Amino acid sequence: MSIDQSKIRNFCIVAHIDHGKSTLADRIIEMTGLLTEREMQAQVLDNMDLERERGITIKSQAVRTIYHAKDGNEYIFNLIDTPGHVDFNYEVSRSLAACDGAILVVDAAQGIEAQTLANVYLALDHDLDVVPVINKIDLPSADPQRVKDEIEDVIGLEAQDAPMISAKTGLNVEDVLETIVNKLPAPTGDPKAELQALIFDSLYDAYKGVIVFCRVKEGTLKAGDKVKMMATGASFEVVEVGYFGAGQFIPCDELSAGMVGYMTASIKNVKDTRVGDTITHANKPCAEPLPGYKKVNPMVYCGLYPVDGAKYPDLRDALEKLQLNDAALQFEPETSVALGFGFRCGFLGLLHLEIIQERLEREYNLDLVTTAPGVVYRVHKTDGTMIELTNPSNLPDPSEIDYMEEPMVNAEIMVTSDYIGAIMDLCQERRGIYISMEYMEETRALIKYQLPLNEIIYDFFDALKSRSRGYASFDYEMSGYVKSKLVKLDILINKEEVDALSFIVFEGTSYERGRKMCEKLKEEIPRHLFEIPIQAAIGSKVIARETVKAMRKDVLAKCYGGDISRKRKLLEKQKEGKKRMRQVGNVEIPQEAFMAVLKLDEE
Amino acid sequence: MNDTTQMSIYIHIPFCMKKCNYCDFLSGVYDEDTQVKYVDAICKEIEYMGQRLEGVAVPSIFIGGGTPSWLDGVHIERIMSAVYDNFNVPGSAEITIECNPGTVTGEKFLAIRRAGINRISIGLQSADDEELKLLGRVHDFNQFLRTYEMARKTGFTNINVDIMTGLPGQTKEKLLNTLENVIRLKPAHISAYSLIIEEGTPFYNLYKEDVHRRECGEPTVFLPNEDAEYDLTKMTEQVLSQHGYHQYEISNFARDGFECEHNKVYWQRGQYIGFGIGAASLIGDCRYHNMTDIYEYIEKCNKLPVASNQTIEARLSGEAEEIMYLWDSSQTLSRHDQMEEFMFLGLRMNQGVRREDFKEAFGCEIEGVYREQLEKLQQEGLLVMEGGHIYLTERGRDISNVVLSEFLFD
Repeated sequence: MSIDQSKIRNFCIVAHIDHGKSTLADRIIEMTGLLTEREMQAQVLDNMDLERERGITIKSQAVRTIYHAKDGNEYIFNLIDTPGHVDFNYEVSRSLAACDGAILVVDAAQGIEAQTLANVYLALDHDLDVVPVINKIDLPSADPQRVKDEIEDVIGLEAQDAPMISAKTGLNVEDVLETIVNKLPAPTGDPKAELQALIFDSLYDAYKGVIVFCRVKEGTLKAGDKVKMMATGASFEVVEVGYFGAGQFIPCDELSAGMVGYMTASIKNVKDTRVGDTITHANKPCAEPLPGYKKVNPMVYCGLYPVDGAKYPDLRDALEKLQLNDAALQFEPETSVALGFGFRCGFLGLLHLEIIQERLEREYNLDLVTTAPGVVYRVHKTDGTMIELTNPSNLPDPSEIDYMEEPMVNAEIMVTSDYIGAIMDLCQERRGIYISMEYMEETRALIKYQLPLNEIIYDFFDALKSRSRGYASFDYEMSGYVKSKLVKLDILINKEEVDALSFIVFEGTSYERGRKMCEKLKEEIPRHLFEIPIQAAIGSKVIARETVKAMRKDVLAKCYGGDISRKRKLLEKQKEGKKRMRQVGNVEIPQEAFMAVLKLDEE
Repeated sequence: MNDTTQMSIYIHIPFCMKKCNYCDFLSGVYDEDTQVKYVDAICKEIEYMGQRLEGVAVPSIFIGGGTPSWLDGVHIERIMSAVYDNFNVPGSAEITIECNPGTVTGEKFLAIRRAGINRISIGLQSADDEELKLLGRVHDFNQFLRTYEMARKTGFTNINVDIMTGLPGQTKEKLLNTLENVIRLKPAHISAYSLIIEEGTPFYNLYKEDVHRRECGEPTVFLPNEDAEYDLTKMTEQVLSQHGYHQYEISNFARDGFECEHNKVYWQRGQYIGFGIGAASLIGDCRYHNMTDIYEYIEKCNKLPVASNQTIEARLSGEAEEIMYLWDSSQTLSRHDQMEEFMFLGLRMNQGVRREDFKEAFGCEIEGVYREQLEKLQQEGLLVMEGGHIYLTERGRDISNVVLSEFLFD
């Protein structure tokens, strides 16, 4: 069966978070007849439990549907869903490489937001044709004409004819389908040329091995072909090729130029298939690989340790599997006096960290202790060398340090005018340097600040949302390193330094941070048989102290008519609670305490 | 391994005039008809078990609740007759009934006495009328005094009074007032329980945030914090000891010769059978729990065959299926379970456990099993080994949960 290239549309939907991207994807899938309404579970593409729960898209997903267009032809739609959060930009970038066009969804009430811009620019960078769609026109506060004007003014896309829809109710979604047929380009490429297929994602299946998601740019890929991964050099014989049904893989005969699909080849070693690599035929290779993706560098690091030390190999295994389709995740082994063997892991941001942590715990059944996240500092030593510091414990002796630098970001915050003051206060508190402010329209402004990354990795996003009552949106990009006065804050519990609790902090706020840290730890550490001093110190100087008083009373009173099992349960709970703690010296520290630094700004 | 020739009896009466705000016992308000049917059912269960446990002697009986004294005197007599008809109860047996002030008349006490009951346990909780109101009790302090006097006049000499510490807003003065008012009456026995906020009670909704604060060591709003609670219990222990009440278990105090034998059966892992809904039994190496649904219980009891030649062994081996219907759950205790229980129950008593008893029960030295724990706890000053005895120090009792949980196996 050969497929007419002109009847294929490979596209994605881009939008600011919550503008209805996944809902529109659901409608498209439903209306093109792939699934009946009864089979539709809300948001088919978000198939990770975590994604459904949080209502966000983390991993890109792809699905193929058939559309009977008004011109009487059948079109194959390959729809690739993309994440909306700033942490997952690199995922977006990967998906875009598999597409020829993009639908831009804009909320008819909220208009353009920071992520709208970021995603559009990303799409244009990949030479995609972008067509706008105005969503949520059924909202009472919808103002589609204003939003259309905004799209034309701010982005420069023709928007007056944009479909005005409600993805939720299905209103006018038909127009979107026609727009895809008429305004988005068909793929190009020669099915008879040498094979060039871009790997844009992959996952591990216990039976089939690695399942490679690819976009065939040139040539044709069939079962039985001998293929080679151009970057890793690994060769395989293709077992199966196919395309994406909703939540399932559907085998087919071949994938030719312009098509999106998957291949399996009994690939057991996850390292052999790298996202961004090019697949070609082993005996008839193409001249050069496709341009891969920009390598993404982690910006936030933290230590991940198994609660049960014996699970260390399992943790490594799980990290390797996750890394397979999450190129941004990096890790290397480290040891801690307090926590034993674990890994120092690099993430794109705090949400990325949280997602990985939750996936490790849910999908791999691992109990983890996480240390406070930090950024990558540059330490310039007196001997002229420079080290990139990802673990505070490795900070050289102060006498060897000439100066230190910390990473900065350029932040763009879109906010309604009522909250400009509050948001500028927040940026000021976080050591921000004001750059500019421009009004997008009368009631909305785009504020630009330069901020230290370590001031935004913890709870900046939450603070932003709460101070603007949810009306601010936020995006940032790295803007290099600047010299900064930084110190290492150590925590001593019962006079013993706990390496996993140390963190790097701006000198000007170190006393306050130290004080809050001690207060927080006092709440987290349960009373023991003896009194426990908690101290914060810079070098040998103690700057704050709290005390956990000795336990005085802990008894179970009544016995309910000989119901011993109830008593037993309470004692077992007590014992279990103790097991979930970390012994440092003779103090038991609950796992949550290692994340205490994250919660310093609560209340 | 366990002596099955002696078995204590617990009888559960789940009826109350009104449920108290802190109470999560299996109890509630039921109509007269249900009460009568329930008593019928319990008598059948007693008869059924009595026939299968022939020859077993009963050293103690405890009728608890709920509010057993809420039952008509006739019903109390019927239940006791069923016990006497089907079990061997020696004249020396300690037989207790729980009574709440305001639910007993002089006549009822006479019926209780006629039924052969020789110990009365009165739930006072506090001598402060405000506190009683807060707890949702149905009586005031004066009603308690009248009830107590009635019991004395009827001829009861072995009387226990329950009080509570750690109540919301309770000061040392208020608690001292309660203690003095109770001591003045010279009851044989005083139980002083700390208030535990249990899920599903009105108190839980009122105070759950406070409970959380207390766990975190933060200042509480209504409940005494850990330090205040400690002071309250310490004062209780001191005042009671000054007036001749020796502490023999974490929450129990008695004048010499009046320790509650039935209570000790639980701590010393004696055998006992529970009758009525939710009642627990320890028979042989097995723990059983009766079903908790009262209507289902009544229905099932009515279907129990009256006469049978089956022995206890046959029943335990599961041959008699009928009685199984009364059980929600049964667990055979492993050797480890039994060792754990031996320790965490026995050590609740001030006299602790005896090395010899451990050896007799399990055929090995206690150090062979718990050496590490015993050494550590001794070093920490929480436990003493002296002669053949192992018991908690005062500090060990204050934080007994920490000590007792040490004896659980991994």
